[in-house]
Amino acid sequence: MKLLKSLLAACAAAALCGSLAADAADPLKMAWVYVGPVGDGGWTYAHDLGRKAIAAREGAKVATTFVENVPESADAERVIRDLAAKGNKIIFTTSFGYMEPTLKVAKSFPKVNFYHATGFKNAPNVTIYNSRMYEPAYLAGIIAGHVSKKNVLGFVASFPIPEVVRNIDAFTMGARSVNPKITTKVVWVNSWFDPSKERQAAEALIGQGADVLLQNTDSSAVLQTAADKGVYAFGWDSDMSAYAPKAHLASCVEVWAPYYMKVAEAALAGKPMTTDVWGGIKEGMNDLVSVSSLVPAAAAKAAAAKKAEIAAGKFNVFAGPIKGQDGRDRVPAGKTLTDKEVDSINWYVEGVEGSVPGKK
Amino acid sequence: MTLASLTPLFASAIGAAIPLLLAALGELVAERSGVLNLGVEGMMLLGAVTAFMVVAGGGGLTLALGAACLAGMLAALLFGFVTLTLQANQVAAGLALTILGSGVSAFLGRGYSGNPAKLAFTELPIPGLSRLPLVGPALFSMNALGYLAVLLTIATAWFLYRTKSGLILRSVGESPVVAQSLGLPVISIRYAATLFGGLMAGLAGCYYAIAQFKMWQEGLTSGNGWIALALVVFASWRPGRLVLGALLFGGVTAFGLYLQAVGVQVSVFALSALPYVATVVVLAAISRDQRALRRNAPASLGQSYFGM
Amino acid sequence: MLRTPWRLVPRTQPSARMRFLAPLMAVAMTAVFGCIVFYSLGLSPLKAMQVFMIEPLSTVNGVSELLLKASPICLIALGLAVGYRANVWNIGAEGQMYLGGIFATGLAIHFHDGGGHWLLPLMVVAGACGGALWAAIPAVLRTKCHANEILVSLMLTYVADLLVKYLVYGPWQDPASNNFPLTVAFSDNAIFPLFASFGGDWLEGTRVNVSLFITLAALPLAWFFMQRTFAGYQLTVAGVAPSAARYAGFSSPAAVWMSMLIGGAAAGIAGVMEVAGPIGQLNDRWTPGYGFTAIIVATLGRLHPFGIALASLLMALVYLGGEAVQISLQLPKAISLVFQGLLLMLILGCDVLVNYRIERRPAADAA
Repeated sequence: MKLLKSLLAACAAAALCGSLAADAADPLKMAWVYVGPVGDGGWTYAHDLGRKAIAAREGAKVATTFVENVPESADAERVIRDLAAKGNKIIFTTSFGYMEPTLKVAKSFPKVNFYHATGFKNAPNVTIYNSRMYEPAYLAGIIAGHVSKKNVLGFVASFPIPEVVRNIDAFTMGARSVNPKITTKVVWVNSWFDPSKERQAAEALIGQGADVLLQNTDSSAVLQTAADKGVYAFGWDSDMSAYAPKAHLASCVEVWAPYYMKVAEAALAGKPMTTDVWGGIKEGMNDLVSVSSLVPAAAAKAAAAKKAEIAAGKFNVFAGPIKGQDGRDRVPAGKTLTDKEVDSINWYVEGVEGSVPGKK
Repeated sequence: MTLASLTPLFASAIGAAIPLLLAALGELVAERSGVLNLGVEGMMLLGAVTAFMVVAGGGGLTLALGAACLAGMLAALLFGFVTLTLQANQVAAGLALTILGSGVSAFLGRGYSGNPAKLAFTELPIPGLSRLPLVGPALFSMNALGYLAVLLTIATAWFLYRTKSGLILRSVGESPVVAQSLGLPVISIRYAATLFGGLMAGLAGCYYAIAQFKMWQEGLTSGNGWIALALVVFASWRPGRLVLGALLFGGVTAFGLYLQAVGVQVSVFALSALPYVATVVVLAAISRDQRALRRNAPASLGQSYFGM
Repeated sequence: MLRTPWRLVPRTQPSARMRFLAPLMAVAMTAVFGCIVFYSLGLSPLKAMQVFMIEPLSTVNGVSELLLKASPICLIALGLAVGYRANVWNIGAEGQMYLGGIFATGLAIHFHDGGGHWLLPLMVVAGACGGALWAAIPAVLRTKCHANEILVSLMLTYVADLLVKYLVYGPWQDPASNNFPLTVAFSDNAIFPLFASFGGDWLEGTRVNVSLFITLAALPLAWFFMQRTFAGYQLTVAGVAPSAARYAGFSSPAAVWMSMLIGGAAAGIAGVMEVAGPIGQLNDRWTPGYGFTAIIVATLGRLHPFGIALASLLMALVYLGGEAVQISLQLPKAISLVFQGLLLMLILGCDVLVNYRIERRPAADAA
């Protein structure tokens, strides 16, 4: 017991010395909590590219740390708390399931700034950020609308959360903006990463006539299945053009570096960012890249034109008129869904088949 | 449902069934000798990452296949040493092997994800037959590993029931004490069966990495090793039923997704549960004949045996 | 077969000394292996081992986290061990744990705006019932249809996961959750009080809660049941010699039922400990696989309550150590998995020395 006490005292002393030694020359400590492995080639990989970009640009001014494969269970809170206790001043928690743990830890560390991706609850030192992936999804829809011969698109979906529902909606609206005969079939696999099921889901969609596919999952399985079956598909989260050159039309990618840079710069300047950010193409937080030569020139041109409009702030995907599945106006002309409404959307637009799971 | 819509459904079922069948066949042989190796998932992952690394390093498909099998066998050898030589509990060792295999494969595979496989097994349609309705694309347009799986199933069934070695293997699983008293090298036979299990799991991993998904990512097999294990029990340790079980599982999964795609108004969560529920229901229905079960279940399954 | 100059010779009696030494040897061997790996990765082996094995325990919070993590694993493993002794292989504790969480959540939601101090105990009972009910399905199918419980309990785990998803994406979704898969946050009546809430500044920020007492009570209870009651004895006999048990009037169906129900109830309570503990609500990804970890812990602990307690602490420590190595040394998660797997393999392997000793093979035999 005595030994334990002296050990504890030693630890406390070491911690104290550490904090006393801290001065202006110390690097800004930033940490990232990832839900998947950094090599997942998708969601986590994209976040880690952002982290690396900061490390490369700011050099010794920042010190970055990451923890990968953190389950969204009771374990998350411990990891986040540990990172805060270890002196990280900026902590990014990059998955929805970290919302409650982040808020809990933030209460105990008022001087640390937390940034939670994709959530909806903030606090004085918890800021929300997200990417409007529905914008590149809309652009992908424009291309799909041009390319589809059978007028049937397929969407392999993970979980019925608003993020995924609005990507399905945007993809469909994009396609119908150039080809009103388009319908979208949706298959849910109830997983972010399950190549076997994603593959079978893609096969089911192709079997039902879908000839252009998009997925909101974390592997390239859908794209490669499309290649095997001679139909087209897109990359998601990261550039997947190398996987299936004969099937890949374009990739919807997340670009986190600009946002992470801004947060780092503000913190280095002594004024940590505390405003929520929901950025898109305009802010450089996502993009449609690697548009393939398979895409007809007219389609590529239409997508590029719409992208320019979005970047200039002249076009909003969720501006009315938007018809619901019953064909009636869900958003009348002249109205635009608010960010809050888009962020909690749980209904399909006209052209999507089936219904959102769990919703009447 | 028309014939035209059933054809892709059938093909999808077969595609999902083949890797399950491969891994389960190996486990079936191991279990028939009395060795319960729950580490199938880990061995599959090792096979997958090895195959991917070999082709990424410029190796050919045959080399990758061989290396994947070897990787599976190495893992099985470790399991065998711990459980057969050192008499450790097979359930715990198998679970430990799964953890070890997923860790080692993730570590080795760092830097390999994010790129497609440089080479892959492609479909080899058999002229004429592959155009048959319903079964054509499913059975006669597989890749080399698919055809290999069919051959290996037949060979395994033949080995188990038609050869003396098969009889010996089964008797070791039935009663190692009796087998030993007849002068059979129980431990060596169990080692051989365990290694075969590793080889087949490696092969299944290879199928995922360079035939079906053509990529590597941590946890690529996404729990299919557990399904393969369940299928062995489902099949009540008979290769023929294993084929049915793998097809049932792959088929019901495909069917659930098909129902979603055609827009049937049933909860997607219920549809996703279909393959598991179907497996349980069918198992309960076919297990009623208790004597047949007893005949096939290896009596000494999972129990350590100390041979001199 | 490979002939080595050594051979194993059974001991006439298990070695009490080796029971303690063998696991220590395994830890030492893992440490040596760890040093080699860390050294080859360019890290100081000593520092790394310190982070891995000692750092997690060096703070009050670390110890609290260790107990928080070990407790549900230990409880599930105790329940499973009862069945494993009787050769009933319930590997679906994970699913039974989900059901425990679901049943408790149902009550927590129903009495969200009311309730009293009776609510939490009721949730624990409901959780036990939920887990036992889910475990009853494999029990029925095994006793009535001879369907193998390994397969049925495993398959039901997937179904239970989907059932949780159905509930949190549908009927139980909190209207204020922006359509995310969350129930309402439980009211205070439905949450296990933290030890820290009883005062004591030194516990500030710790998460360990009074549900720890459930596990602490279950340990002697399990020991008593297994070693000192007739039913526990019969179960063990049913496992070792089924025909002898039947002769003694203890039918195999009774063994299956008792095993499954006890295992299911324990797992169900563990589920309550999570949802009414650190999670505080039901969502679609609240469990890190304790039901599966418990299978290793049960076997690693040699199906004995004392061994299980130690094994659950060890598993929790290795997990926390793996996290610490990731955070402090920026090693990939894969490394901690490799360690975990290797340590388990070595412990299992070294265990041979309890029942066997190694001696040189006589010259005549080696020839």
